[in-house]
Amino acid sequence: MRTPTISRRSFLKATGLTIAITMTPFGVEIINASMQKPGFKPNVWFEITPDDRITIFFGNAEMGQGSMTALAMIIADELEADWEKVNIKPAPAADPFKNPILGAQITVASASVRGFYDHLRKAGAVGRAVLIKAAAETWNVSEDECEAISSIVKHKKTGKTLTYGKLCEKASKLPIPEDPPLKNESQFRYIGKPMARIDIPDKVEGKARYGLDIKVPDMLYGTLARPPAYGAKPISFDESAAMAVKGVRKVVPTPRGIAVVAETIDAAWKGREALKVQWDKGSHPHMDSHFIEKYFMECLDKPGAVAKNVGDAKKALEEATKKFEAIYYVPHVAHATMEPMNCTAYVQPDRCDVWAPTQAQTGAQMIASRTSGLPPEKVHIHTTYLGCGLGRRSQGDFVSEAVMVSKAVGKPVKIVWTREEDIKYDLFRAATCQRIQAGFDSQGHITAWVHKVVCTSILKTINPAMIKDGVDFYCLWGIVDAPRPPVFSHTVYEFPNFYVEQFLSELPIPACPWRSVQNAPNAFIMECFMDELAHLAGKDPIEFRMPLLKNNMRARRVLETVAEKAGWGKPIPKGNGRGIAQHSCFGSYVAQVAEVTVNEKTGAIKVERVVAAVDCGPYVNPDTIVAQIEGSIILGISTTFTEEVIFENGGVKSANFNDYKIIRMSEVPPIEVHIIKSTEKMGGIGEPGVTPIAPAIANAVFNATGARIRRLPLTPQTVLASLKK
Amino acid sequence: MISLNVNGKIYKVEVSNDVPLLWVLRDHLQLTGTKYGCGIGECGACTVHIDGKAQRSCVVPVGEVKGKKIVTIEGLPKNHPVKRAWIEEQVPQCGFCQPGVIMQVASLLSESRRPDPEKIIGAMDDILCRCGTYPRIKKGIRRAVQLMRKEGKK
Repeated sequence: MRTPTISRRSFLKATGLTIAITMTPFGVEIINASMQKPGFKPNVWFEITPDDRITIFFGNAEMGQGSMTALAMIIADELEADWEKVNIKPAPAADPFKNPILGAQITVASASVRGFYDHLRKAGAVGRAVLIKAAAETWNVSEDECEAISSIVKHKKTGKTLTYGKLCEKASKLPIPEDPPLKNESQFRYIGKPMARIDIPDKVEGKARYGLDIKVPDMLYGTLARPPAYGAKPISFDESAAMAVKGVRKVVPTPRGIAVVAETIDAAWKGREALKVQWDKGSHPHMDSHFIEKYFMECLDKPGAVAKNVGDAKKALEEATKKFEAIYYVPHVAHATMEPMNCTAYVQPDRCDVWAPTQAQTGAQMIASRTSGLPPEKVHIHTTYLGCGLGRRSQGDFVSEAVMVSKAVGKPVKIVWTREEDIKYDLFRAATCQRIQAGFDSQGHITAWVHKVVCTSILKTINPAMIKDGVDFYCLWGIVDAPRPPVFSHTVYEFPNFYVEQFLSELPIPACPWRSVQNAPNAFIMECFMDELAHLAGKDPIEFRMPLLKNNMRARRVLETVAEKAGWGKPIPKGNGRGIAQHSCFGSYVAQVAEVTVNEKTGAIKVERVVAAVDCGPYVNPDTIVAQIEGSIILGISTTFTEEVIFENGGVKSANFNDYKIIRMSEVPPIEVHIIKSTEKMGGIGEPGVTPIAPAIANAVFNATGARIRRLPLTPQTVLASLKK
Repeated sequence: MISLNVNGKIYKVEVSNDVPLLWVLRDHLQLTGTKYGCGIGECGACTVHIDGKAQRSCVVPVGEVKGKKIVTIEGLPKNHPVKRAWIEEQVPQCGFCQPGVIMQVASLLSESRRPDPEKIIGAMDDILCRCGTYPRIKKGIRRAVQLMRKEGKK
């Protein structure tokens, strides 16, 4: 299915109907690109050729979330295309593929389907309308007498038919309608129905090409000796010893480390070993995990930037009849995508090619342009399949170093990160330490909410210019509204006096978005604290939340649904515990109930069952929704029980899957996913499911044992320590 | 020069004995379906069959497999019940770990045509999937068992 990016030439040769969606200063416009003159930029969303094939160009990243199939389904449905005749080709980095709600060609924020849905429907409908018009003109009948059915236009009275392939040339010369009729829901052929994913057969055959699988003629392999501690600089290294290794071609010192380029990856690794680099101790030689946690705790008392200030929360807290406070800590977590970071680049005097498993074509193009010194239009981004993304692949570090090294050697170079590099040089999920103080009035209503957030800053790593007045709003998603809710997140709880202050860690640990960004750690803290308050108020956790959600029907509905499906309130075996949590982000609402058993001797927790309810509004491929929610829950369980990056000597100690444990099959409970039929605004699905699971489990542990654990991961040691309290 | 029997074909490669089989398959023979995930035999993405047994090719030096029969994901027939089951149950997400998963399952089912849950966990617990396709891997295994049974009856 997936073939190399088409060249401009093959576009021009095609005779057929070609529909493009292009972003103009006035918004998104749909154009008939069939008659484009030479010089036309490849900015086409789909084309129909005389052989009846329908080629859809996919400009996003397919990393398992299924949007390659979903976006094709939307076009194919409105186009009334025969699914068997559809194939997909990767698109280059180009303006028309910029996500209308994100403003860049980037696959993040669970935004592919919701960002393109309306535009692709309209583009498909435009195609259908001009094909019908072409048939009507051919038969000299009115368009009303014709209908499109599965890649064929039929004249209703006579039963005459013409295929899209036969009509495409004529259609290509027709003007396109401004407002083509869209289907109504009952006419959908594909949208809303479980469809087999287009990418799966190649993945099962081992034919799908990931970044790691790229091979271009004359390609060399590169690896970097990277600093063992943050800020460490090389004191010495033995270049000649590396060059003496068979197959090694060049040693290239770079700001990111010392690159060894060789004919095979094995030779590159042996060459790196031979370098025997001596490093200095770096900027924070005493920093280890214990140091970081202690520092975060201390920073709770340092003044921070005000992120939200409604009413007078501090005064209300003083005047409260009853007060409660708690401190939570969530450590750094690694992305650990199954495909380690890698990139192949070839810098030539007049062009730069980049083959990368990237989530961010616009960003990769800009970075490669900057690094190569070539203008962006001379940088060609070839997006491969991604062996998982999780946000890590939205960053450009792995792209820039490949470009740098290729430029230095004048050959195509593939840089392959080892798993150890992938974990040690990750840009982690940001750690956070938070103190929440809540005050109640005599009727038990929450009157004050004072919240201090200490965190590793994401924006310091990815875009410092976006830090406004000391606030990194990426790290606050799920606590206070991000700009432009609900694109990213929006808070569901409202308090009359609500104060949030943020302190950004000054430690040198880099961070970047990690599936749901900080919605997941923040949901853990918010939803566990809510459970604490409910317990304190002597109320059922759902009953306690309902009045706080009085203006939020969708949040209430997912809670009610999950409660009913999970049998909330019904007896469970003695010793078991049940916990609930909900969260909203990226325009969708998710609630989950977890049932656990706890071995009070060993501290081991077993999740017996998880039930989830999701409201993501109208959806395209329900099978993908289930897969995404299941996968999100499993990833969330992994972070709940085992994942924590360990630091020592000013760098990262964790290295591979033997010391950075991720979830295995035996640890996965039965999971039920309930999708709520919803006509509300469409939300995202790749990320929201990951957010409620950690708090649902921690609340279930409390329900089972009375132990409140305010730190992730919930290791047997933390469980035993909490049980003793 | 090392002679290798991979997917029924004989290849001659100029490579030293200590290079892991994984990299010889991927970079010398261009059989890139077998994936690198950890390099220490912890994740299973590199699983291939060596003389019929599932093994982690990232920790097998190529010198040790001379004269042995190696089968990779590309060599498992397209109509193999596990491959068909994987499509029918829509198992993969990103798909990167799946060649290794499929090779492990194929080996499991060649040893035991109706593995019980304990045996399944025993065979599958050392293969990691970051997307969390585990529930569908389990479904896929059940489906493959059914497909094999149906074919066995024919």
